[in-house]
Amino acid sequence: MLPINEANTKANNDINREAAPDPPEQSQRLDDEARVKVLSPSMLVFKRFVRNRLAVVGAIILITMFLFSFVGGVISPYSQSQTFYKNEVMWKEYANLAVNNELRYAEADGASFPASARAQFILALNGGKATFAVGGVNYTWSRRGEDLYSIYATNEIATALSLAGEYAYTIKPGADFPAELQAAFESAQALNQDAFDWNGAMYTAARAGKSLSISSAREIALATMRVFDAYEPEFERTIAAYDFRRAVEFALAEGADTLSYEGINYSIGRAGDVDIVYDLSSGTPVEFAIVSPYIVQMASPDVRLTVEFKDAILDALRAKQSLFTSRDADGAEREYQIALSMPNQYTIKRETVAQMYDTEARPSWSHWLGTDSNGMDMLTRLMYGGRISLMVGFVVVLIELFIGVIIGGVSGYFGGAIDLLLMRFIDLFNCIPQWPILIIMGSVMDTLEIDPYVRIFLLMLSLGLLGWTGIARVVRGQILTLREQDFMIAAEATGIRVSARIFRHLVPNVMPLLIVQATLSLGGVIITEATLSFLGMGLKYPLASWGTIINAATNIYTMTNFWYLWIPAGMLILITVLGFNFVGDGLRDAFDPKMKR
Amino acid sequence: MWKFIVRRVLLAIIIIVFGSLICYAVIRMLPTSYVERVARQRSTMPGSKGYQYILAQLNSYYGMDSSILVGFAKWGGNALRGQWGDSWFFELPVIQKFADVIGYSVVLGSITLFFEMVLCIPLGVLAARKQYSRTDYFITVFALACISLPTFFLATILKYIFSIKLGWFDLYGIVGRFYEQLNAFGKFGDMAVHMIMPIVTLTFINLGGLMRFTRTNMLEVLNADYIRTARAKGLPERRVISKHAFRNTLIPLITYLSYLLPNLFAGAMITETLFQIPGIGYISFQAMVGGDIPFTMFYVTFLTALTQISLMVADVMYAVVDPRVRIQ
Repeated sequence: MLPINEANTKANNDINREAAPDPPEQSQRLDDEARVKVLSPSMLVFKRFVRNRLAVVGAIILITMFLFSFVGGVISPYSQSQTFYKNEVMWKEYANLAVNNELRYAEADGASFPASARAQFILALNGGKATFAVGGVNYTWSRRGEDLYSIYATNEIATALSLAGEYAYTIKPGADFPAELQAAFESAQALNQDAFDWNGAMYTAARAGKSLSISSAREIALATMRVFDAYEPEFERTIAAYDFRRAVEFALAEGADTLSYEGINYSIGRAGDVDIVYDLSSGTPVEFAIVSPYIVQMASPDVRLTVEFKDAILDALRAKQSLFTSRDADGAEREYQIALSMPNQYTIKRETVAQMYDTEARPSWSHWLGTDSNGMDMLTRLMYGGRISLMVGFVVVLIELFIGVIIGGVSGYFGGAIDLLLMRFIDLFNCIPQWPILIIMGSVMDTLEIDPYVRIFLLMLSLGLLGWTGIARVVRGQILTLREQDFMIAAEATGIRVSARIFRHLVPNVMPLLIVQATLSLGGVIITEATLSFLGMGLKYPLASWGTIINAATNIYTMTNFWYLWIPAGMLILITVLGFNFVGDGLRDAFDPKMKR
Repeated sequence: MWKFIVRRVLLAIIIIVFGSLICYAVIRMLPTSYVERVARQRSTMPGSKGYQYILAQLNSYYGMDSSILVGFAKWGGNALRGQWGDSWFFELPVIQKFADVIGYSVVLGSITLFFEMVLCIPLGVLAARKQYSRTDYFITVFALACISLPTFFLATILKYIFSIKLGWFDLYGIVGRFYEQLNAFGKFGDMAVHMIMPIVTLTFINLGGLMRFTRTNMLEVLNADYIRTARAKGLPERRVISKHAFRNTLIPLITYLSYLLPNLFAGAMITETLFQIPGIGYISFQAMVGGDIPFTMFYVTFLTALTQISLMVADVMYAVVDPRVRIQ
């Protein structure tokens, strides 16, 4: 016996001797404490998950996407609805030049020649009538030159009856009709003049049958086709003065080269169809005013028309040039374009820097993915869009889980008639076609113009209500098997409430499958929402999800020319959903190692 | 067996009745303002019937003026007799419009299903046979990518590459610009060419699901004891796979495919809309967006019934294919 004992001891000693210097050998023992309790169940799941390469890739994708969407919006220097502008040089309308073919009126100081009278004057002019009356005032006119007419308001002072060269006068009461005036009238009649001057005033005689009506006339306006422009702003007051206009017009009509006004001498020089008035007061002729048949109007009311500019236009017109240069207010040479826009009308354009929305800009350092059709930064929009897409996904899945767990749990736990009823209810729900309902809802909400924020809420609710059946089935199936197990009999034996048995003991055991199911359906919900938004039946502006961003590609022009407006959004959807699917798949394998084998 | 089928059919009928009641309720629940606005818009279209006529027709077909159950009975009676009213959008009887367009959807769906089967089943079997190999990884990633790919994105990418950059196909439609001038053979070819991009899109979108389904079921079978037995007795691997494993994989596969078969009539709404293929999907999308209540009502009820029929066919096929299944 001893040898055996000895042998045993020896063997034991051998083991001890071997074990002492080599601890790893010891851990090989099956009953070793360290080996048995190494990992908790969740740690095991985590280890198995991490070992799955695809799942890790998926998790990295998801973390990146969450950071991109929820942190990216904070980091991005731009806000979600910030629009960007660009400056673009374009030929923009600067001024208009029209050949004047209408009479323009200059009114004498203190007199008025109203618009109705002007219309009557044109009629009288065309009809060859010497007088016209408007609003109780009698007017007469006389031609003073080419396209130049004086208009008078007349006041009858007497009538004269002519009888064989003699005149019998009837003087209006209160009117002054001295004998010298009679003589002047008679001498004018002898010369067959209907208008005559006396004592610095003008008188007219209008014949009606044998009687003549003698009126005192007061010049109230000039009608002319010429347009006056001052060379310098300080000349404008003089040029606006009626007497100056009249003096110049009359001088032009008479072909005179000089005139004087308020003691200053002026001379007139012709250049084509333009006359230039020079001020001679300083000894050398100073360009004072330009008289032309052209009207120039500036496109912007706060830009003053300079004669120099008008001169430049007229020079270009005469030279038949379509481009000319002129100095602008700050003395810089600018190039202008002149083009006939209508008969007798020209448009003058110049290169103007215009501020515009920077829409559909190419990717650049300031906008990594360019800007969208509203001039907003694409990358920032994608970040905020990701928030909405992910949030819609989570809210919908939460709704699905809430309904699915309750109905599945009740159905699986009670079984029997309740189970049958609920299962038929699920069958019924299952056969409701999801897409038609969602599209009809979208169409109804479009027609009734529902607020976008209410809309997103309704959309999430309906997606949740249409999608819970899958989760309910999973929960039911799992609970049906679980409730037969020993721990449930134990739970029943302790006498806890039914709701506690379902939701404290059964549901936590269903958790792994629920997590897998929820992860997988998150991807599905994101695709559904994006598809709806792509078809224009989902979210609406100003809310943006990845689906509404890629909706831009429904426009063929955008799709063809601006890839950066729709491909990034599509890639984000694809990658995110792929991430959810990888993780869901990995979780399923990790939770259920039997499948792996 | 026959008892089971009869029971299943009766159950399906009950669910279809309740399902169509839900559809009817949905139409009834539409805000009155919406119905009236759409009807008014319709009546202003050239050649359309008057507003009062449209409302009267709604009442006569849907019993809008009576209570919901009476109305449902009235509508159901009409529907059973095939009287679904006139489509507002297409100005045709609903049934006639349906008959005109269903062919496109069925052709599109059948060809897609064929390609799916040809691609998915071999790939799924291959992935299962070489589980955890590089091939398996690649096929799994590919399948998941197909599942994760939004239809509209794939369709737009295809259009961008093949229509715009390469100019091989038209962007939209089932026929080209010169369709009318072509002879019979040319017309067929024209339509076939226009079907290519939708078929590719649909195939890719549906590829993932079927591929993974095949792989999962094949794996299940390959881990069964009788496969171990077959290998143990020294059968060549090819024989084990094709005779013992694949045949058993066919049971869930045939059940799944028989579920898909009635769904061929449902049309592919998103894809047809994206490519404007005038099948039932695109037509009903137009009808739904345009507020065409008669056509929408028909389509929704039709889909409800189709889903039930698919489920019923799948249940029955499962029992038929697998002799081990004994139903009481």
